[in-house]
Amino acid sequence: MTDLAVRSRGLTKRFGSQTVVDAIDLAVPTGAVYGFLGPNGSGKTTTIRMLLGLVVPSGGGVELFGAAMPAGAASVLPAVGSLVEGPAFHPYLSGRRNLLRLDAADRTADPRSAGTRVAAALDRVGLLAAADKRYRAYSLGMRQRLAIAAALLTPKDLLVLDEPTNGLDPQGTREVRQLVGSLADDGTTVLVSSHLLSEVDQMCTHVGIMHVGRLVAQGSSAELRDQGTVEATVETEEPAQAARVMAELGLTEIHTTRTAATGVIGGIAAEKVVAACVHAGVPVVGFRVARPTLEDVFVSLTGEGFDVSG
Amino acid sequence: MSAAEPVSRTGVEGVARRPRARVSPRFLLSELRLMVGRRRNQAGLLVLAAVPAFIAISVKTTLSQPGADAPDFFRSITQNGLFVSLAALTIELALFLPLAVAVVAGDSVAGEANIGTLRYLLTVPVTRGRLLVVKFAGIVVGAFVATFVVATTGVVMGLVLFGGGAMTTLSGTQISFTAGLLRVLAAVVYLSCGLAALGAVGLFFSTLTEQPIGAMVTTVVFSTTSYILDSIPQVSWLHPYLITHHWLDFGDLLRDPVAWNNIVAGLGLALGYAAVFLAAAWSRFSVKDVTS
Repeated sequence: MTDLAVRSRGLTKRFGSQTVVDAIDLAVPTGAVYGFLGPNGSGKTTTIRMLLGLVVPSGGGVELFGAAMPAGAASVLPAVGSLVEGPAFHPYLSGRRNLLRLDAADRTADPRSAGTRVAAALDRVGLLAAADKRYRAYSLGMRQRLAIAAALLTPKDLLVLDEPTNGLDPQGTREVRQLVGSLADDGTTVLVSSHLLSEVDQMCTHVGIMHVGRLVAQGSSAELRDQGTVEATVETEEPAQAARVMAELGLTEIHTTRTAATGVIGGIAAEKVVAACVHAGVPVVGFRVARPTLEDVFVSLTGEGFDVSG
Repeated sequence: MSAAEPVSRTGVEGVARRPRARVSPRFLLSELRLMVGRRRNQAGLLVLAAVPAFIAISVKTTLSQPGADAPDFFRSITQNGLFVSLAALTIELALFLPLAVAVVAGDSVAGEANIGTLRYLLTVPVTRGRLLVVKFAGIVVGAFVATFVVATTGVVMGLVLFGGGAMTTLSGTQISFTAGLLRVLAAVVYLSCGLAALGAVGLFFSTLTEQPIGAMVTTVVFSTTSYILDSIPQVSWLHPYLITHHWLDFGDLLRDPVAWNNIVAGLGLALGYAAVFLAAAWSRFSVKDVTS
């Protein structure tokens, strides 16, 4: 039961007549870095709000570490850090004061260590130097960092990060990616939502893809990629000859250019293609196997480009 | 696509290692600190304090004393400085004190929703019931502080400009200065309870919207409507149930002996309003989708 950090069954949310989240079955294994992908408006944030007990599902249910939400919120949420739909703090309080307020609201936090924990969290996101500036003077990137720091005030078993790199510069994006990596190494389960494929591609062990309120794909990153078509390309002066060998081997959808032949490799071992070509006297100049990117998978699942809103 | 195999890692113990939740005043203290730190609230307190100061100075510097047609407390100011605070409370009860409570109460939940901090408080987690309790506690403290500031400024200004000594009650008898001071304190507590009840109304309005100004205005409209209805004899059947109906009865505390009837009725009414509107706030807020 508790080998899943997050599990939902038939989770549904309707606002009026509009079904925003449609019967999704999330399964986030404990210890995973789960990339929750989907275009803007695909229902990611509403799903996350239901996970955290902010929004009551219209149907189905969701459990965090086996505790049903929102009923189990008081017992399970202290172990969950979250960043939901961007940072939100009191503008006229400093970053430090804002974090102290959130810490004061946490009944499981030790008041004696509040000061040091707040400073450590600020340090971890590189905000210590600006800790005593008013929040309203923070740049968007600094605000985003503060929100991440707020999620790290106490040790967490699960981090739910909704678009954590929004507003960050490339340097900040890299830092967040490293931070997520180091947290995951400590055993924290991370659910990170994003509309940026490359971001998820780089840091996630598992992926779920949302599209128009439905979870259209879910699994480990490797599993998902294997659903796509792997193509082998032989670069040669004699593409027609190479194509014939590839067809004999059983590759499909073969097409040639002036300097290469490409085919869908299916279950055939890649090295066999090279060996067969060489054996048949094809002058092989280069060989490569293209595994599908998540974007390819996404397009094949939805038939749409990634930036299309659901 | 079934659930993937759990990733094997060490150190994952689910939620078992969380420390136990403690009951602590930290969140309430943080709430009070937030209220006190707001410029708007500081400025509001200054305005509240300015009224008794203005009354005391203007009575002192005007050659003509308040005439026989002046309200009860005004006529007595020159005899005993304590009456400055009672006069100021009477004046501010019309708008300033309800407005002060409406600002704090209207802002309580809607203000957090407006800037988005509500979602982060709820995921800390602060349970919704606890949030309402802490917010209402803050409002009650705010009501007491506001009333206390008016009364204290009045007492200090009054004593400085008019002196203290034995106090003549509204019944014409004399009581000692200490007894008089206690009567003023009793009036402060009584009015604070009435204003806290209005705060419960404001808290309810605050759970309905993400616009704090809207909740504030609605709360002031509520108390003002109550005053207006209370002055229309044709709806006299409604008067005993109006939230403001017994507020000005605090003067009964300055009679000798104290006329308790209206005071008790006023406290009962305040309790009733608080109970009804806190229940309404809970029933609304406990199931509300927080999408702010």
